[in-house]
Amino acid sequence: VSTTTRSLGSAEFRHRLEGQGLGIRIGPFSVWLQARVQDLAAPLFDLYGDYPWLDADQVFSAHVLMEQVPRWGRRTTRRVRFTVDGRAPHEDLPVGQALAVFEWGLNLVLTMRFLRYLMLHAAVVERNGRGLLLPAWPGHGKTTLCAALVHRGWRLLSDEFGLLEPGTVDLIPAPRPMPLKNQSIDVIRSFVPDAMLGPAIPNTRKGTVAHVRVPAESVRRMGETAPATWIVFPRWVAGAALSLEPMPKAPAFVQLTGNAFNYESRGEAAFTTVRDLVARSSCWRLQYSRLDEAVEAFDRMAEGAGHD
Amino acid sequence: MTEPVGSLDAVRKTFASQSTLASRQLLVSLLRAPQHLVDLRGRDLDFALRIARRARLLGRLAWSLRERDLLGHLDRQARDQLESALVAVEARTRLATWELDRVDWALRGRYDGPLIALKGSAYVLAGLPNSRGRPFADVDLLVRDSALASVETALRERGWRPHELTAYDENYYRAWAHEIPALVHPEREVEVDLHRAILMRTARLRPSTELLVAASRRIPESRFSVLAPVDMVLHATVHLLYGGEMDDELRELVDIDELLRHFAGHEPGFWQQFWPRAVELDLARPAFYGLRYAARLLQTPVPDSVLQQSRTAAPPAPVLALMDALVPAALFPQHPDMPRRSIQAARLLLYMRSHWVRMPPVMLAKHLAYKACLRRKQSP
Repeated sequence: VSTTTRSLGSAEFRHRLEGQGLGIRIGPFSVWLQARVQDLAAPLFDLYGDYPWLDADQVFSAHVLMEQVPRWGRRTTRRVRFTVDGRAPHEDLPVGQALAVFEWGLNLVLTMRFLRYLMLHAAVVERNGRGLLLPAWPGHGKTTLCAALVHRGWRLLSDEFGLLEPGTVDLIPAPRPMPLKNQSIDVIRSFVPDAMLGPAIPNTRKGTVAHVRVPAESVRRMGETAPATWIVFPRWVAGAALSLEPMPKAPAFVQLTGNAFNYESRGEAAFTTVRDLVARSSCWRLQYSRLDEAVEAFDRMAEGAGHD
Repeated sequence: MTEPVGSLDAVRKTFASQSTLASRQLLVSLLRAPQHLVDLRGRDLDFALRIARRARLLGRLAWSLRERDLLGHLDRQARDQLESALVAVEARTRLATWELDRVDWALRGRYDGPLIALKGSAYVLAGLPNSRGRPFADVDLLVRDSALASVETALRERGWRPHELTAYDENYYRAWAHEIPALVHPEREVEVDLHRAILMRTARLRPSTELLVAASRRIPESRFSVLAPVDMVLHATVHLLYGGEMDDELRELVDIDELLRHFAGHEPGFWQQFWPRAVELDLARPAFYGLRYAARLLQTPVPDSVLQQSRTAAPPAPVLALMDALVPAALFPQHPDMPRRSIQAARLLLYMRSHWVRMPPVMLAKHLAYKACLRRKQSP
């Protein structure tokens, strides 16, 4: 029994955010957030409106405070400080980037604090009760593909974390807004005009970033795990024809583990989990240049049997 | 124990305010009676976990609960955090243990003299109780000054490299410090710190490395030795207030507490040897502080006779009064949501003191001036 942050209304949401704070549940995680930063409450309300809000009387994954740093002189840029449980894990950043700072900061905290889970670096979506892992291959369009799929019949589990309880192959949802970078922003705007995007934030360390809101159904069903069924390594190549080729298990294993957030820290349990994951899933290499072709390829995949 | 710590009612009562004092009492009671964590609920449990994390005691707490088979009594969110703290500690311990193995390999046939593991590595090698759930960062090794160059050369020949350093820092280490710049193997991440002494060469106190080496004990079936029990505690007391940074350093006092409790029960003649050895090693003052604050803040049982002996090394009364005010403030973690400026000030004073006792005044002035210029250059 929980109510969404949207049900609070934007004024009350802002009042809490800037006052004592507000709890938000995100899959197995929960964050207590206080933010006294200009132009942050509105996009947060927009992006996190469908999430359940939590009162203060529980254990939180992290207590996050976002504050504008007093400025010395007029010429310097106004900066925002991300503080988690009283400590700032990185330098202050321009206040205009506050939303991206929150999202990246929370990723950082989760990867550091929840080492008991196996955290693969991958986008995860689901269809017909079967999970699809899209491992990150930097610059090859994991987030773009993921944002497209979740507006074409797939459910979002995560754009960043392939989250697993070691010893199981069920992917755990922790859906969060999907950060599109640079050209992908316009690609998604034209490909899925109904996608809701947060403000475009220029000049971050990853260029311009805009966050895609998670479809409401994916948030509502964030308690439902999905067994891993497909592992597809996407690769965007300008002008390339679509190709979907089976990938041998051994390189799939190596790619997955080499890119995980905490493969080493879970030791043997991580090894056996990824081994089982790769053994039961069908593994593919996808090369594409056109998003519509790629999405169709995944649709065909979902209609098939799934396993090799 | 002077008060019924760990009583749940007492814990609940102190929570009401979640003040700095409450967080201190809470931490002490959880150190003594970790099982009471599972009786806490909601915001109380949340606050307890935050304070323990801040004090870097979450892993220790998790270890105690797992040992008592109590982790299953907690809800998922709390259990996830505690189990993750254990995973973090165990992964780091594995890395450090592997690094020790690699050091052993690198030195084989090149250096067979005494090689003494210090701090975290020593606690793990010797299987001491304070190694359970204890986070640690680096591998610290002590060798005789005369052996330092050959050990360093052997490690470098096997691939270890120092971080890039400025000429100033390089000289600081080589000329004054008790350790050389940290060495890291490019395939791994754990730093190896080679020490020639346990205090800076410029410090007024001069514990003899020769005496430490002579009393050190070989770990069975290992290449490594550890300091003798009394020396190990004395080294921990040096770290408490002579290390430099003063930032939620309760962990250091917990080491002293757990080592004292362990050795008092397992090492025949431990307390008889303690004070004479502190004097012999020129570590009477740090030993005095270590015993005083362990007994006062963590209720460590220390024989009255030893406490009495240690008073001979107390500083003048006004200094002691000042230290009594500053040390608890500096050791216990800041309240995560309500940091206090007075505590920041206490830490700054102790930080300055730790430099004062390690360097002669002129050198200290030069060093701080250099650091200040550096900081100004780096900040935008």
